[in-house]
Amino acid sequence: MSKIGVFICHCGENISATVDCEKVAAEAGKMEGVEFATDYKYMCSDPGQTLIKNAIKEKGLTGVVVGACSPRMHEPTFRKACAEAGLNPYLCEMSNLREHCSWVHEKNEQTTEKAIDLVKMLVEKVKKNKPLNAIKVPITKKALVIGGGIAGIQAALDIANAGQQVIMVEKEPSIGGHMSQLSETFPTLDCSQCILTPRMVEVAQHPNITLYTYAELEHLDGFIGNFKATIRLKAKSVDYKLCTGCGLCTTKCPSKKIPSEFNEGLGMRTAIYTPFPQAVPNKPVIDRANCTYYQKGKCKVCEKVCPTGAIQYDLPDQFITEDIGAVVIATGFNVLKTDFFPEYGYGKYADVLTGLQFERLASASGPTLGEIRRPSDGQIPKKIVFIACSGSRDPAKGIPYCSKICCMYTAKHAMLYQHKVHDGESYVFYMDIRAGGKNYEEFVRRAIEDDGVNYIRGRVARIYEKGGKYIVKGADTLLGSKPVEIEADMVVLATAGVSNPGAEELAQKMHVSYDAYKFFAEAHPKLKPVETNTAGIFLCGACQAPKDIPETVGMASGAAAKVIGLFSNSELTREPLIAVVNRSAPPVFSTCVGCCMCQTACPYNAIEREEIKGRDGSVIKTVAKVNPGLCQGCGTCVAFCRSKAIDMQGFSNEQMFAEVMALLNE
Amino acid sequence: MSEFEPKIVAFVCNWCTYAGADLTGTSRIKYASNVKIVRFPCTGRIDFMLLLKAFAEGADGIIVSGCHPNDCHYTSGNFHARRRWVIFRGLLNFMGIDVNRIQFSWVSAAEGAKWADVVNSTVTAVRELGPYTKYQKAADYLAQQDQSIIDGQEAMIIK
Repeated sequence: MSKIGVFICHCGENISATVDCEKVAAEAGKMEGVEFATDYKYMCSDPGQTLIKNAIKEKGLTGVVVGACSPRMHEPTFRKACAEAGLNPYLCEMSNLREHCSWVHEKNEQTTEKAIDLVKMLVEKVKKNKPLNAIKVPITKKALVIGGGIAGIQAALDIANAGQQVIMVEKEPSIGGHMSQLSETFPTLDCSQCILTPRMVEVAQHPNITLYTYAELEHLDGFIGNFKATIRLKAKSVDYKLCTGCGLCTTKCPSKKIPSEFNEGLGMRTAIYTPFPQAVPNKPVIDRANCTYYQKGKCKVCEKVCPTGAIQYDLPDQFITEDIGAVVIATGFNVLKTDFFPEYGYGKYADVLTGLQFERLASASGPTLGEIRRPSDGQIPKKIVFIACSGSRDPAKGIPYCSKICCMYTAKHAMLYQHKVHDGESYVFYMDIRAGGKNYEEFVRRAIEDDGVNYIRGRVARIYEKGGKYIVKGADTLLGSKPVEIEADMVVLATAGVSNPGAEELAQKMHVSYDAYKFFAEAHPKLKPVETNTAGIFLCGACQAPKDIPETVGMASGAAAKVIGLFSNSELTREPLIAVVNRSAPPVFSTCVGCCMCQTACPYNAIEREEIKGRDGSVIKTVAKVNPGLCQGCGTCVAFCRSKAIDMQGFSNEQMFAEVMALLNE
Repeated sequence: MSEFEPKIVAFVCNWCTYAGADLTGTSRIKYASNVKIVRFPCTGRIDFMLLLKAFAEGADGIIVSGCHPNDCHYTSGNFHARRRWVIFRGLLNFMGIDVNRIQFSWVSAAEGAKWADVVNSTVTAVRELGPYTKYQKAADYLAQQDQSIIDGQEAMIIK
């Protein structure tokens, strides 16, 4: 006979504002098999949990239903409380009265009725729950860090310094990411390369880090603690064991007119190239799409000049497989480019640049060696306009979010310009100045007050060319939308930060969620910012949303701490919510008929065939068997099973039918 | 007479639509209170016998929703669900069950507003279709037949 306890939470006023919690508890008390029902202001608080624990002990409850928030939020909390009171944690279920009821409906009788129904469903389900025990699996203590920007570098170093093995995969020929492209960084104006390159070298030399550049994740299998990663090592056409990085090949290569990715198209590179002089590893790769030999079949200049014979044209892509315990995604972001702004003439006018291009102009390692010069004619611009929120906060452009870093880097750009062009005039068009952060607001004030940058609050409607100048037409909304027209020599668009191309594909490979803008989704916006919905896969940096360097580094260390925490155990306990094939006494053994349809349905190869043998060793019957280490608990096999021999613990047929019938029977 | 309030059951997966419905709540988007959610680990777990059972027990409409194609937490559960739906829909139709009462959709964990839309549009559509008692009656009748056969057998044994 069931003795169910029902506990209805008010969640302060989050639930009780629209649901009559006392009535729900009273009605629950009348349900069949319910021994005890009550309501309380904060069930998740310490006194709330004590209330549940005491009731379990005093009333001898055989099951618990907590009507509160989403089980995705507090199911572990309440299950733990039950376990502490001596009740098997899997005999506790949560009814979602907040996200699925009180927050989405008005205060009326129907809402309370719905709450009662939701509780009733779970009461009927929990009656069919069975006590389960957690599964223990071993952990491979090796982390995979995807992306070698500042986020990946920080995470990899933190994990490696804690004594654990790390594999870093970077798709470009060098690590460094966007940070290596930056000139100086806000709010201190210290040189980006100066603080980054030592860390890049540290990664390359660290005994615990294996670095694969020009490589991509091809495939990821398995689960937390036991992933299997297949990595594609793209053909570099250069044998790195022989290459000394002398750079002779890159100076002699005849294909010299390829826009450099590192310089955002403002400079040129050769077909065999290292992305930038401080690259790690400082060894070249051949860009086959632009190489004369690969395209036309003759040239081979690099092979002739190479003193060590390192050039190998026929090297294919290689695939390696690694056992991994945890993954850190640090794939970063991109800035909106292309011809996204026809009204600003980007792509049409050579001197209308993105913020990242301006970084290259201002950088000492850039195409102009740090002098601000127009790409069109090499002249020093005397008047420059910066346009903040180019794309960001513009629902019409499909980007309603704030890119967060643009206010700060625009102030920095204007400052750098004023420092380099003393007689120049700079203007910034902005919507709002968002300078939240330590010393950030002071930095913007410095740009305005000390460096004399002209800030104009308003939007730019149009840019057009007239007599070698760019006419920027906008409005000053602080002067009552007064039209403003500036004859500029150069325009810099603070284009929105967007997700990387390929982010969606990568997310699908790893089965992690992503949001509407293809940024990776964290498991909880506040309490689990570095976790993903997939256990063992963590996030850091701008692949989750645009963010600045300090925040990225903080998040990377956070993700690293999670990995180190995971690796501090030798075994991992997993939820026992997996499929099982029934077994019974002879002569039946199992209702499984051995058709093994489940085997074809299983995405994890978790189902094996097992032979049941008699005493003489002859096979009596072949049945399916679930490997509990591999089963992830999707339950696809359960819906497939023709003889209903396979069932899922925690979501069994009995439980699900009980829920549906409870809901519909008055 | 008050308006007909349909009873609708939603079978959703834990990772996308259940989380999406949580987001609807977190975003405080209001929707009709006729829909009650049953949580499954994956749409691939949803045995379509459950849908028949729901109709037999008096549901007026059903929503099945999970992750978008390629986004399944378990790689391919939603593809199995989709394939099963394609086949099952034809069978239901043949059996004389109104397939317009089943709404199959993809709602991701980021689509809180879409979940509200799916619920509201399904409620409106089912409200127009009216109460669904045809299958319930048929199921009840069959259950009675079964019972009388069983009773008859018992009577025979006693004799």
